Amino acid sequence: MRRGEFGPLRQWAIEHQIKVGNYLGAADFVPVTQAHIMADTESLGRAGVEWLESWTRLPREARQVRIPTITDPRGTDFAQAQKLKQQSWMLDLERRAIAAFEAFGVLMTDTCINYQTIMPPVRGEHVAYGDTGVVIYSNSVCGARSNFEGGPSALSAGLTGRTPRYGYHLDGQRRATLVVELSAKPCELSDWGALGGIVGRLAGDYSQVPALVGVEHVPGPDELKHFGAAMASFGSVALFHIAGVTPEAMQFADLLPQGSTLPRRAIGEADFRAFQARYARDIGAVDLVVFSAPQLSLMEMRTLAGLLDGRSAEIPLFAVTSPQVKPDCDRLGLTARIEAAGGTVLSGMCFYQSYAREMAEANGWHRLATNSAKLVNIIGGYGYRPVLLSMEQCIEAACAGGKLAARTQS
Amino acid sequence: MSGKIFYAAAGMGRKVRAKALVASDGFSARYDLDRVRSVFSRPEHKLAGQTYHGRVLVLDAAKGGVATAWMLHEMRARGVMPAALVLNRVNPIMVQGAALADFTMISGFDCDITKAIAYGAEVEVDPSGEPPFIRLV
Repeated sequence: MRRGEFGPLRQWAIEHQIKVGNYLGAADFVPVTQAHIMADTESLGRAGVEWLESWTRLPREARQVRIPTITDPRGTDFAQAQKLKQQSWMLDLERRAIAAFEAFGVLMTDTCINYQTIMPPVRGEHVAYGDTGVVIYSNSVCGARSNFEGGPSALSAGLTGRTPRYGYHLDGQRRATLVVELSAKPCELSDWGALGGIVGRLAGDYSQVPALVGVEHVPGPDELKHFGAAMASFGSVALFHIAGVTPEAMQFADLLPQGSTLPRRAIGEADFRAFQARYARDIGAVDLVVFSAPQLSLMEMRTLAGLLDGRSAEIPLFAVTSPQVKPDCDRLGLTARIEAAGGTVLSGMCFYQSYAREMAEANGWHRLATNSAKLVNIIGGYGYRPVLLSMEQCIEAACAGGKLAARTQS
Repeated sequence: MSGKIFYAAAGMGRKVRAKALVASDGFSARYDLDRVRSVFSRPEHKLAGQTYHGRVLVLDAAKGGVATAWMLHEMRARGVMPAALVLNRVNPIMVQGAALADFTMISGFDCDITKAIAYGAEVEVDPSGEPPFIRLV
């Protein structure tokens, strides 16, 4: 491959992987079964799209991925772009990126919940996933093995069928480095996200593997989804364990490196309140409500539709889901129920990956309520002032013209 | 303190010399930057409001999501980007992005590099050194 016998694209891919592997201390490569590429055009930019297009002129056999390769959310939902006031150049760039990826044989799944909807990896399976939320869920809940693979590296893995063997592909990296003792009970998805954010901040970097003890009930997939996505976002963490719950932590002793004493941190109710209060400061009303990051599962869409029945949102309310879940929402009447209450269902995008700054300027949006701790962490950099609320509280705010109930203000 | 040198565990890219922006905070191109105005835009970031173009960023750890892997390439194409990134702790995304963009980055020190380099200091970063280093000039 390095000599170019499989064409210049695969030659670039393997050289890129060697460069990355050398930096991060990989001794060799590990074969992977799937790749997942984060490549919205807000991050690709024109330069990234043109770079992708430059390879599409190669003969077909020189540019096809070797393993199933899928995509993270795109930067728009073409059906709703006008409502979002996205500009035509954004949509043109998205179309060009899609055409380029299709020329590589990439499946445009446009989802960050592939572990819920496409093909969840199994324990011990080596994969090359992009989207930090996908990686942390797959590593921790499924027991799969992946590092954070950014777009260029995930594409490389698709083209070569392998990835450098470092980090979470190695047994020795998967042991806990920090024990978190939980004394509070997260209830809402926003609480699980807040817990993920708190643990992520405590952990602080990619090499850290937090292990939770004191979780009283087995969390569901959506709870773990919000927990992991927030932890990855706040702390760049790629693996966690929960004693008695996640597959590599069925016994507390399984979590601990032999003969070592790990640092311990306690998290209680006051930590949750402080986390939430940090984002509610001096905000009495919001301009929009967003459910996104990660995309909503069918069950979250069902809950949302139920909470909106008979209500009327007086400010924009967006529910973002995957192209796999959306048809079921349509078929089962959930989309109609959400839209009857004034909401908008978006498919195949994610709010913060969709030119969030430009949308804010075009629509006059500034203050945003969400139940996603991950979105709260990211969206401030795009000029928004976010508030973290439960799904129910978000809906109350939307139906009150954006006004926040007193209990949600700090 | 001029001439003092700090060695890193790993590096890539070209040798550069520029003024250092230093903070005990993280770095993510998506979370922290307004790439149109070339400033740190996240209000909570310790470098909020400051321009990063042409500066050596000396920060604690790589943070956040995978987007930086593409964004460094996009920033280089527009010619508006930091001169180099110097981190105590790196994550794979920064390495992958630096590899694609041919961006200068070094990481991994035996001290807290954000405490060792003064804000505004003129520094040289040489990722091709054996080992790679940052030096006050």
